[in-house]
Amino acid sequence: MMMNHTLKSQYRVSPGTTIIGKWHSNRYMIIKELGFGANGVVYLAKHDEAQVALKMSDNGMSIISEVNVLKSFAKVQGSVSLGPSLLDVDDWQTNRGMVSFYVMEYIHGPDLLSFLQQKGKAWMPVLFLQLLNDLAKLHENGWVFGDLKPENLIIAGPPPKIRCIDVGGTTIQGRAIKEFTEFYDRGYWGLGSRKAEATYDLFAVAMIIINTAYPKRFTKTTGGISQLRGAIRERPELLLYESVIVKALQGHYKTAKQMRAELLDCMHEHPVPDRMKGNSPAQKPKSAKPHQTSQPLTRQRYRKSKKKRGRMEFIMITIGVAVLLYILCIFF
Amino acid sequence: MYTGKIRQILLITDGCSNQGEDPIAMAALAKEQGITVNVIGVMEQDVIDEKGMTEIEGIAASGGGVSQIVYAKQLSQTVQMVTRKAMNQTIQGVVNRELQQILGRSQTMEDLPPEKRGEVMEVVDELGETVDLEVLILVDTSASMKQKLETVKEALLDLSLSLTARTGNNHFSVFVFPGKKNPVEKLLDWTPKLQSLTSIFSQLSTGGITPTGPALRTALASFEEKRSLRSLLSNDDESYFEESV
Repeated sequence: MMMNHTLKSQYRVSPGTTIIGKWHSNRYMIIKELGFGANGVVYLAKHDEAQVALKMSDNGMSIISEVNVLKSFAKVQGSVSLGPSLLDVDDWQTNRGMVSFYVMEYIHGPDLLSFLQQKGKAWMPVLFLQLLNDLAKLHENGWVFGDLKPENLIIAGPPPKIRCIDVGGTTIQGRAIKEFTEFYDRGYWGLGSRKAEATYDLFAVAMIIINTAYPKRFTKTTGGISQLRGAIRERPELLLYESVIVKALQGHYKTAKQMRAELLDCMHEHPVPDRMKGNSPAQKPKSAKPHQTSQPLTRQRYRKSKKKRGRMEFIMITIGVAVLLYILCIFF
Repeated sequence: MYTGKIRQILLITDGCSNQGEDPIAMAALAKEQGITVNVIGVMEQDVIDEKGMTEIEGIAASGGGVSQIVYAKQLSQTVQMVTRKAMNQTIQGVVNRELQQILGRSQTMEDLPPEKRGEVMEVVDELGETVDLEVLILVDTSASMKQKLETVKEALLDLSLSLTARTGNNHFSVFVFPGKKNPVEKLLDWTPKLQSLTSIFSQLSTGGITPTGPALRTALASFEEKRSLRSLLSNDDESYFEESV
């Protein structure tokens, strides 16, 4: 069998190369490289005039593992799903040996953070509601996504729809998480185990929400809920969702549906102004927040002063009546 | 389902051995006994020299394991990835051997059509989740490692977090080299939990030589001791996964 003694070696294919599958004889023309990770390289390719994404790896096992996940995704899915749909699996004979690859739907669009930068924060809750809906379906079918992070979340469309392009970390519930990224991993922050549970994904979702206000992320200092809560309180745009984020970080939501419902409640309580362009994403919500919190505050003060005025009137009348009675007593 | 045991040595070092027997030969000896040797080379800003690099790759190659050079910052993620990858390699080796028995001599997983391969992979995944794992960690505490020991500790606690999330049992043991008195010293005897490392690690002193070869030999002896101790307690034969290439 093929053995990799180092994790870094990776097979690279130059644009224009035609790949022909050993088993199914489909032809794919490589257009360009889309990205690479620990488990292989993804290329944009052309097949029968259609654009597809082709993932190739020296490690045939990781390819097969991901194919298994994509197949089970297909069983879960309704109309449009979180992950890409699987089109083909095959091997390619090269002069360096056999390389395994699979072909999937090409999901095209900006990643989550770039999309929010361009379109403004008003899109944020919408996309997270979509994401939680898809996760709910995934969890109901016994899977956990595992390696959720903004780089892997693509906003396809129009109409904008959140999709996930890397399913390598997807794990059967109850097993150990296969793949993760520290910032989004509850184990790293000291807030839970690496067992594949719905709560694991919901923690990652909460961290992605935090990430939208900290595009460069931050590193662990003290770790734990105190550091993360501190980070939330420093960003006004996160403050609106503080209760939901903190509950998700602490694993209080057992299902994605619960978290979704409370996120939606947040929206009703604090409607986001509908025109917020992404030019100054950090400042706009700041100007919006005092406005929202000051409204109830003024109303309360108004009521209080009204009550005070009522009491004054009562005192004046009482004194008046007393004086009147006193005068009457003197004269009669 | 085959319930065996996977045995690994994880060597964390930042350079070249300079005392005792050839570590590459010791790694080969480990492999002969069904123990995989993985090596992680830790860098700070400095770069590991050519000689150190060759040794690291050599030990992993002859030990049937995985090697990786990383910056101290990425150590946590790498330690768990290397351990997991090596574990999967071993399981795949076993599954491939079983396949050869069923399908005939020259057949391996790569010879199956992709559709069938998926089913075999499910077995590999399942085994990775349930198999018992014994990891002996060897930490280089020569002078140049001083700054990195805190990171090493974090990485080992993180490894324990990842592995204990599995259904299968885990046993860890930690050795350092050089020790205070001997070239190699036992820091933590076989235990299912690595948490106790936290207090011991802060008292570690660094300095002196880098006896990587003797450290590997001591590690092998520790596996042997563990095995004989267990066979005294129970009569049943232990089955181990052994690496096949």
